[in-house]
Amino acid sequence: MKAISRRAALEMFVAAPAAAALVWTPAEARQAHEHAEAAKVAAPAAPFKPKFFTAHEYATVSVLVDLIIPKDERSGSATDAGVPAFMDFMMIDQPRRQVAMRGGLAMIDRLAIDRFGKRFVSGTDRERRSLLDEIAYTSNPDRGLSQAIAFFSSFRDLTASGFWSTKMGIADLQYQGNVFVSEWTGCPDAALKKLGVRYDV
Amino acid sequence: MQVIRTPKTYDVCIVGSGAGGGMAAKVLCEAGADVVMLEAGGMWDSAKDSKMSAWPYDSPRRGAATPTKPFGEFDGCIGGWDIEGEPYTQAAGSQFDWFRGRMLGGRTNHWGRISLRMGPDDFKRRSLDGIGDDWPITYDEIKPFYDKLDRLVGIFGSMEGIPNEPDGVFQPPPKPRCYELLIKQAADKLKITCIPNRLSILTQPLNGRPACHYCGQCGRGCATHANFSSPSVLLPPALATGKLKIITNAMAREVLTDESGLCTGVSYVNRADRRDYAVRARIVVLAASACETARLMLNSTSGRFPDGLANSSGVVGRYLTDSTGLGVGGHIPAMERGVPHNEDGTGGAHLYMPWWLDNKKLDFPRGYHIELGGGKHSAPGFGFMGGIQRFNGVGGYGKSLKDDYRRFYGATVNFAGRGEMIPNEHTYCEIDPSVVDSYGIPVLRFHAKFSEHEINQAKHMQETFREIIHEMGGTPLSPMPSREALYGLEPVGRIIHEVGTTRMGSDPHTSVLNANCQAHDVKNLFVADAGPFVSNAHKNCTWTILALAMRTSEFIAQQRNQGTL
Repeated sequence: MKAISRRAALEMFVAAPAAAALVWTPAEARQAHEHAEAAKVAAPAAPFKPKFFTAHEYATVSVLVDLIIPKDERSGSATDAGVPAFMDFMMIDQPRRQVAMRGGLAMIDRLAIDRFGKRFVSGTDRERRSLLDEIAYTSNPDRGLSQAIAFFSSFRDLTASGFWSTKMGIADLQYQGNVFVSEWTGCPDAALKKLGVRYDV
Repeated sequence: MQVIRTPKTYDVCIVGSGAGGGMAAKVLCEAGADVVMLEAGGMWDSAKDSKMSAWPYDSPRRGAATPTKPFGEFDGCIGGWDIEGEPYTQAAGSQFDWFRGRMLGGRTNHWGRISLRMGPDDFKRRSLDGIGDDWPITYDEIKPFYDKLDRLVGIFGSMEGIPNEPDGVFQPPPKPRCYELLIKQAADKLKITCIPNRLSILTQPLNGRPACHYCGQCGRGCATHANFSSPSVLLPPALATGKLKIITNAMAREVLTDESGLCTGVSYVNRADRRDYAVRARIVVLAASACETARLMLNSTSGRFPDGLANSSGVVGRYLTDSTGLGVGGHIPAMERGVPHNEDGTGGAHLYMPWWLDNKKLDFPRGYHIELGGGKHSAPGFGFMGGIQRFNGVGGYGKSLKDDYRRFYGATVNFAGRGEMIPNEHTYCEIDPSVVDSYGIPVLRFHAKFSEHEINQAKHMQETFREIIHEMGGTPLSPMPSREALYGLEPVGRIIHEVGTTRMGSDPHTSVLNANCQAHDVKNLFVADAGPFVSNAHKNCTWTILALAMRTSEFIAQQRNQGTL
């Protein structure tokens, strides 16, 4: 499959009969500009300061996400990928998530104090893992921890969203798309063979 | 209230810039009419404004939904189910979800490009089995317009000769993706027809537009105009005539009439300054979307039209239907750890399953088609592999979890049914007697209910999708919903195929429009959206909106030439 260069793609844009005859008012042009600007990510300058999480919550989140997605031979950890900052952004962007997040983190501390007398972040790696072993598995027998298991499931989902959607995560998954292709030739022989399918000739 | 009137009288005022409005503008401007178009939203140009090539990490929310972009922030349609300042209400016990576009081109900016013709049987259901009603036109009468539409806009597909799924003027379809071949293998075994999809996406250049570049992001708006949207295909030629004036941020309030009962123009609120304006026109074409058009007509009351404009039949707002819809996903072990390659392709599936059974042998009278999804289409973004416990059975954490994400990534297929709903007396919209929007315009109140026809059809969809997943060696990702849960049917409106509110017919007592989509009661009033539909075949309404709007607009042009209008 042949990829088209960005330059060729841009030339295609120009050649295409865009709705160029549309007359834009200054207000409309400004609105379009604002839309475009809003989608750009500001380059991180100062150290990150959470807008939603307290310092303690942020520390807890940072420990949790790396327990969920640790560094391994193929890619870095969730904190390497900036997942805690992503979560903080989402809490402000989708405020309906706030109560469940705040309450879930408080519940984890409560469970930690019950089990090893300290808040979650102050536990040893072994203590933290023993707590996760109780709440990270939806297949665990019901021992009165259903709310903690539900919270952890949704926290795990958000961690996955934040990790796999980064450059690092996408490269790890070997996603090959989002490119300009001049001719669609279907899928390669190796992929066909693995699935046991073929194109009719 | 002071109304600011334009001095000019246009030949035609079109309300709405989507599929129907865009087509009306193109045909009428090219026929020499001076046209003014009112659009409730703002300007939008996919060449500049589309987020077609954005990566999830280009945004801090990684593609998640926002209030004005419920299908994700990169989606090409501004609007949504809930628009600030523009409420709608539900009658007790009803749920109707209403997605409205607020931008140039409306919902054509993000639609699925599934461009199916209705078939000969779809126009004469009552004659065939006594349920529903016949259209006042036949397939043979609309066929030439479908043909012209195919040539104008471009569509890929394959010649199949299936009687009620008419072939069109097709460009070559793209090769299926690997997993689509796997689905087809299972469908073949189950004797379910599975053929190339029919999408209005170019696989060859056409009329100055380039062929698709296979980034798979049609829903974000195509920056090269390789797929259909009204601003990509219909508005440029209309504007090129120099005869089209587009007024944006114009929220139509009322169709204006004179003592003789003819339309004289449209009044609207300018959303920017919130003042009232009016444009004069000799002919009014409503293409604001089926429900918005009904609302506008019902709100256009006068001494002569106490129940709303052109509503002597009382039918405006009635016969409202949506496509039925539900989806089932499946985990397919054979697709785990697939060979990495670019699976994006065009937006949407390269194959689909048209209705393949005989309803006479089933406990529901109308069919559905199946839309496919799955694999590694589009970069991992917000919501990626949510509910991993559905795949690995446990959830978990740590290195093994991380590897599970890799293992199960792309090992999913999805089936979505889109079926025909039959109009019923419990499903309609009307003006809410006590609620107005932020412009002071009375809002719609919806009544919605499915009948046994749709519920039995939904059960059949669920069973079929699960059967295909099992045939592929997979496991459905959700349990079979109960009958009480309507087998997972989405609420009415959710499929965004709402039609029928100003239906056509030969009898002025039971229909709003005649066979030319001209109001029985008001000869210079026309409707060019999905309002005129008499029934809602499982054929995704846009292609028929376009063909019908072309036919209506050619009729208007002809009448203008003859001096009848």
